[in-house]
Formats: sequence, structure tokens, C-alpha cells
Amino acid sequence: MKRLTFFLLSVCLLLAACASQATSTPVGPQTLTIITHDSFAVSEDIVKAFEQANNAKIVFLQSGDAGAALNKAILTKDAPLADLLFGVDNTFLSRALEADIFEEYASPELKNISTEFKLDASNSALPVDYGDVCINYDKAYFADKNLPVPQTLEDLIKPEYKDLLVVENPATSSTGLAFLLATIAHYGDTFTDYWSSLKDNGVVVVDGWETAYYTNFSASSGKGPQPLVVSYGTSPAAEVIFAEKPLDDAPTASMLGPDTCFRQIEFVGILKGTQQRALAEKFVDFMLSQQFQEDIPLQMFVYPVNLNAALPNAFVKYAQAPEKPATLSPDVIAAKRDEWIQGWTDVVLK
Amino acid sequence: MNQPINHGDAQNTEMIKKLRVSVPPWLGRLLLWLFPLSFLTIFFFLPLSKILAFTFDTSAFDADNFRIAGSALRFTFYQAFLSTLLTLLIGLPSAYLFARYDFRGKSILRALTAVPFMLPTVVVAAGFSALLGPRGLTHTLFPLSSFQFIGTLPAILIAHVFYNTTIIIRIVGTALSSLDPKLEQAARSLGADTFHVWKNVILPLLRPAIFAATLLVFLFDFTSFGVILLLGGSKFSTLEVEIYLQAVRQLNLPSAALLAVLQLICTLIFSILYTRFASRSTIQLAPRSTLIKPQTLKQKLFVTLFCILLSAFFLLPLSSLPIRSLFRFEADRGQRGEVQYGFTTDYYTELFINRRGSVFYVPPIQATLNSLGYAGATVVLSLLLGYPAAIALAKPARLEKFLDPLIMLPLGSSAVMLGLGFIITYGKWLTSPWLVPFAHTLVALPFVIRTLQPALASIPQRLRQAASSLGASPFEVWRQIDFPILRRATLAAGTFAFTISLGEFGATLLIARPEYPTIPIAIERFLSQPGGLNYGQSMAMATILMLLAIIGMLAIEKFRLPNTGEF
Repeated sequence: MKRLTFFLLSVCLLLAACASQATSTPVGPQTLTIITHDSFAVSEDIVKAFEQANNAKIVFLQSGDAGAALNKAILTKDAPLADLLFGVDNTFLSRALEADIFEEYASPELKNISTEFKLDASNSALPVDYGDVCINYDKAYFADKNLPVPQTLEDLIKPEYKDLLVVENPATSSTGLAFLLATIAHYGDTFTDYWSSLKDNGVVVVDGWETAYYTNFSASSGKGPQPLVVSYGTSPAAEVIFAEKPLDDAPTASMLGPDTCFRQIEFVGILKGTQQRALAEKFVDFMLSQQFQEDIPLQMFVYPVNLNAALPNAFVKYAQAPEKPATLSPDVIAAKRDEWIQGWTDVVLK
Repeated sequence: MNQPINHGDAQNTEMIKKLRVSVPPWLGRLLLWLFPLSFLTIFFFLPLSKILAFTFDTSAFDADNFRIAGSALRFTFYQAFLSTLLTLLIGLPSAYLFARYDFRGKSILRALTAVPFMLPTVVVAAGFSALLGPRGLTHTLFPLSSFQFIGTLPAILIAHVFYNTTIIIRIVGTALSSLDPKLEQAARSLGADTFHVWKNVILPLLRPAIFAATLLVFLFDFTSFGVILLLGGSKFSTLEVEIYLQAVRQLNLPSAALLAVLQLICTLIFSILYTRFASRSTIQLAPRSTLIKPQTLKQKLFVTLFCILLSAFFLLPLSSLPIRSLFRFEADRGQRGEVQYGFTTDYYTELFINRRGSVFYVPPIQATLNSLGYAGATVVLSLLLGYPAAIALAKPARLEKFLDPLIMLPLGSSAVMLGLGFIITYGKWLTSPWLVPFAHTLVALPFVIRTLQPALASIPQRLRQAASSLGASPFEVWRQIDFPILRRATLAAGTFAFTISLGEFGATLLIARPEYPTIPIAIERFLSQPGGLNYGQSMAMATILMLLAIIGMLAIEKFRLPNTGEF
């Protein structure tokens, strides 16, 4: 029995140690918790500055992709995990509003934000950033082959672009869904015909952005076979900023023709049941402030919504935004999303 | 039994009696189960039943959902069956190779086979792409070949074999090296040929270990997620993938719950079948360990052939990572055609710079220490919880027949649903980094128990009784009899716990990324943005993880080496 006693003793000790660690609450600054998706990023010093100015401690809970983070917030509605949720985009917005997880807050900073981004009139979900999902192309490939770069969705089904495009599955990837939505915005109910032509033209489908970009795209470090990839309008800027050797020019660029890009807008909201309403409001103001907004581009590679925020040089030079991005109302997306994805799956994967 | 028992020693008989009456057997069993069961209840049964009760409703019973469930179930079974079969085909001879033969480079080769087990799927996929992908090595060497690897069923199967062969090698190998080779020699001297020796002697003795290993491999393949998504592409969908799609992408929780219950029922059926067939066949044997150098031509041929096969299978995909982390494989920008190869240490030096001042930056040394810390805690925790359960299961009574299949359930339940269950059950508690080793232990525990249990069951009771009747104290009995047998199994069990934790298997169970990011998390962060430097850094991080894994394995081998052959 000696062995057993030893087990029991050590397990008790271990559990006791864990319990005492887990339950000890920090004294002093108030803790403000923000649940976000995994792609969220921000500079350390501006967060520190906010913490110091407000005697607060900020905790970011990175909780999977945007869908997973929203799911977690909805499931814990009655006993919220966090005070704020950042990262709901316009494809999920209606779901979040239907679930009624946010408190309304008309931040004074909203006056600096263009109305095209304010999709929620009740101000439960406030816009923070936007970005365009666009098709990137490998500049060298098209120069090399003397092939004109495709300009429109129609071009992509022409024989000269056969086997050149890789897209993400809209069922598993938000970039894939965004591109599907762009084609729906353009073609309406006949989008399945377009996809059936794309399939005949050898479109390659992969599970997510990482695989598409790093395994299949020919201009990335993965050196894949396809010179066209569904990525972001800002990806060429990232290629310059994260280049191995300093570059004079981006190796990639985006197709910017009408309806080839889909605009994603990301929102923040104060979660119902927060005990820190005042501090949460301050944090929302902070996220919409010029300082935070100017930090956004180089951290998350999306655009600030605040009209006063200046863009970094690399963005001005290499990131491209389309003049006429495709858009669909969040309500329509919420209502038909499953049906569209099923329709797409039946045409492209079966 | 060789030693005569001294029946006349009254004092010792007295002591045995005392020992026997001091603890009633039911109380002993209860104590053994107290902590493993509390752990499983708190971290598994409670959160899982809460989320299923919360989300399950009859609205999920519609034709569409049944259609999805039916086709996912069919493919899940099909690929898991084929994967397991292939894994056994490579794993069993490899286990024999490592258990019986001594050859140069053995430790490193064995360590190598365990490395895939702890690499994130993205990295393994990158390794395979570098080898078999559209611009991979094979296409460079054979430019005319036009076969497609990524996105096919063979890609899924090969990746599963690549990941799980180590399970067979560790569990069956451990059992095999405890087999007395004299049995084999005796059979041979009686005229049995190799086939009959295997069929009539070795395989029956190895049955419990083979069953246990096969079940573990099958469950891993059955609940496969990352491999299916990344290497299988979009055409293939397992139950686990469907659960993820329904729960996270479509936010359709009732349908996800239906699928999760289905998966759970399947797991339970496999586990019950396993318990039925495997548990009763334990044979108690004194361990003997003999390693031989390959002598006959046949032996030499076998050893050489399998060494080459294993090296090629494991080394080729793995080696592309360190190579890619040290060389630029880039054409100069703006030019095509000639790819320029350049040696660079940029990726490594860049790891140490927080260029963007990000709040989520993690220095590589910190990530390494975090990973090692969690892995250490997981080893200790899972052994502490696994030992009592394995002791109880080694001598099953009625209670154990019921509990045995339940042990495996954590491996077969949907990680996505369990993660959601954690949230609604424990809420804010989940932000504590202390929960990370607990989550890893949940996955490691079935491995630890299944590794220890056959070893514990194989300890001859008669030896113990003999020793104590000869005057050995209980501790002495344990040290002289149990410990030598258990040492090997404990090391194997500890290795599993270590690799599972290092590979971050439990990460999806957690609600949020832990406060102290580990190496796999750092790799994911680099791969989530475009740019050559990001890609290079992820490869550098993966190389660090690989080195860590190999060093860890070799260190564990060092524990193993002294005393082998002594018993």
C-alpha cells in the first residue's frame, strides 16, 4: 500500500498546487478580456500604454478562427468568458446579432468612420477594419509566358488560363467563402454555372489559405504550380515586408477588376453581461482611435476604418484595393450561406 | 517455478497474512480508481455530456443530416481500416527489428520514427509537398512523371502510416523485447519453421500488445482531422471533419452533436470489442532481453532492407524541413527559370527579433521552454494517473470489465465538441495555463494505461509470492521483480506522454491559446501570413521542434540502456 499512499499524496499535492494557482486573483488593475480569432495581432507598446493609462490588464483569448470565436461567445452568453468580442466579420454579423450577444455602444469615435462600414445601425457591432479578398497573381509567370493577366471573372474560364487558379473550399475557409460570395454578387443564382465552367477549366480546390498560398501558389516560398490564388489585396505588401532579401518590387499583385474581390469588414462588440462596461467602452474607443487604427495594417494586413488613420508606406505602394469590390448584405449571407455552400459543393466537388 | 519455496518460515507467512488483511480488496480497488476516474469525470465525461445535452435535439434527425453522417461514416471506416492495415504492415516488422537486433544507428533511427508523431500537420504536409508535391524532389528527378499526390487517398494513408507507425513500434516492441527468446529457440529445435514459430508462439504471446496498439492506431485514424483536410484536400470528409464543419463553420450545433454521438458510439464499440478479445490472453512470463547482432544472411538482409526502408520513409519527408530552414530555394525576384540555391541563417536569427513589436511575439527559447515544461508536467501527471488504473486493469475484476472500454473514449471523441464542452462547463477557468498539461494528459492517458497494463499483467505472481516468502519486504519485492519489468514499459509510456504533449495534441481541446505559447503554436502563427521570411521561420521553428524531439527520444533511450540484458 505504500505505493498507493505515495500516489494519493502526490496527486493531492499536485491538484492543490494547481488549484491555488488557478484561483488566485490578481489584485490591483482590473482585467479586461477580449475574445478574438487567431489572426488577431497588435503592437505590444500601444497595449501597454492603454493598460497604464487605465490601470487595466488586457487579456486576449485567441480562440480559433472567426467562426470558432463567435461560437464560443454565443455558447457562453449567460456567463460570458470575456468582456469584448473582436473579429466577427460581415459574413457572420447577422448570426452574432441574431444571437443577441452584444450591448449597444455608440462610441464617439464613430464620427471618424465612413458610413459604408457601419452595417449595424444599432451600434452593437462596431467596424474596426476591412480588407479585400482578391486573386493574387505571380507577376513573373505572366511576364515569362507573355500571357496577359486576367482582368475579370469571365477571363478565368478562358482556355488560356486553364489549370492556373487555386481557390479555398468555402466550407472550410473564410477566404474561400469570400471568393464564392464575390461570384454570387456578380452572377446571382447562376453562380453554379460559372463554377461548373471554372471546374472544367481546371480550378484547384484546397482546404484553406495556408495550403493554397504556401503549397499551391507559384510566387510564394512554397513554389507551387498555380500562378493565381485567392488571397488578400494586401498580400503583395506582406511579400515585400517579409521578404528574405530586400525587394524593390512585390513579386505578386492583385486582380482588381469589378466584382473579383470581396470586401470583409471586421467588427468589435461589448459582450452582454460584462462587469466592466466602463473599461470595455474605453477599449472600444481605443480600438477605433487613430493610434490603434494606424497599428492595424502592419499587424493584421487589413485597412483601418478610421478616416484619419495614415497608411504605412509599404501599404500605399504595394497593397491594392479594388475600386468596386463585391458586396452582399449580411442578412442575405446569413439566410443563404448554407444553401450556397451546398450548391457549390454539389457542382465543384462531386 | 525454479526456486523452492520455504514453507517453514513462519515469520514470513505471518507477514503475508498481515499484508493481506490490512486492506480489503474492494477498498484497494476503489483507491486505485479514485484519481484516474475523478480526472476523467472532471475533464472528459462532465464537459462532454454537458455540451451534448445542451446541443442535442431531435431537429437534427432529418434526411440531410443522415445523408451527411452516412457518407462520412463510410469513408471514415474505409480510410481508418486501410491506414491501420498499412501501419501494421510496416510497424510490426519494425517493432521486431528494434526489439531483437542490435545495429549501428539504432537509437537514432528509432528516435526518428517517433518524430512525426509530434509534428503539426501543416509541417508534415509541407514535408510531403517538398518531396512529392508539384515542384517536389520526385518531380525534379523525374520531370515527366505527372502523378498527383496531394489531394488523393494515398496521401491520407501514407500520412497516417507516417504518423502512427511509432505506436506499433513502441507498444509491440516493448512487449516483444520482454519475450523470452528461449521459447522461440525451443520451438525451432522441435522443428518448427519461421512461419510456425510466429503463428504458434510469438503472435499469440504478443496478442494483447498488438490488439492494444492496433486499437490506438485505429482510433487515431478514425478521428483524423488535420491530415484529411490538409493532405486529402476537399473531396474527403471524415466524421471529425464533418463535426468541425457543422459546429464551427455552419454553426449548426445540433447536427454536430448528432455526429459526435455517432463517433462516440463507434469508439465505444471498438473498445468493447477490444476488451472482449484482448484482455484475457495475457500470459505471465519472466522477462528476458537479448539483443543480437544480425548474423545469418537472412537476418542481415532483413535488417539492412528495413533500415533502408525506414530511413527513406521517415528521413526523406522530414529532412526537407531543416534543409528548407537553411537554404533559400528562390529564383531572384522578377526572374524565373533558374532557381538559385543560397545558404542562409536568416530564418534563425530572425526568430529572435520581434520586428513588428507584436504583443503575441514569442522568443524561440521561451517557446521551447514552454513546450518542455508542459511536456514534463504531462509525463508526471499521466504516469501518476495511469499507474493506478493500469494496476487495477492488469487484474480485472467485474468493475474493470465495465471501466476498461471507457478508458479509450477520450481518444475517440470529437475534440471540437469537447472543447466547446469545456467552455460551457468551466468558463473563465480555462484561461489558466495550468490546464494545458491536464488537456494533454487526457490524450496521453489511454496510451500510458495501454502501455503499462500488459507489462503489469505479465509480472508473474508466483515470483512475487516466492520473493516475499523468502523474506523480501514489499518494497524489495517491487524493486527486484516489478521494477525491472515495469522500467521498460514506464519509459515507453513516458515517451508517449512526452511526444503527445510536445506535439500539442490537446491544443484544440482548449478554449483559448495558452498564455505561454508552445512551438507548434509559434509555427502556426508564422504560417498564417504571406512572405518568404514567415515561411522560412516556420521551417526553422519546425526544425527546432524536430531536434528537441530527437534529443528527448535519445535521452529516454539512455535511461533504457543500462541493465538491459540483466534480467
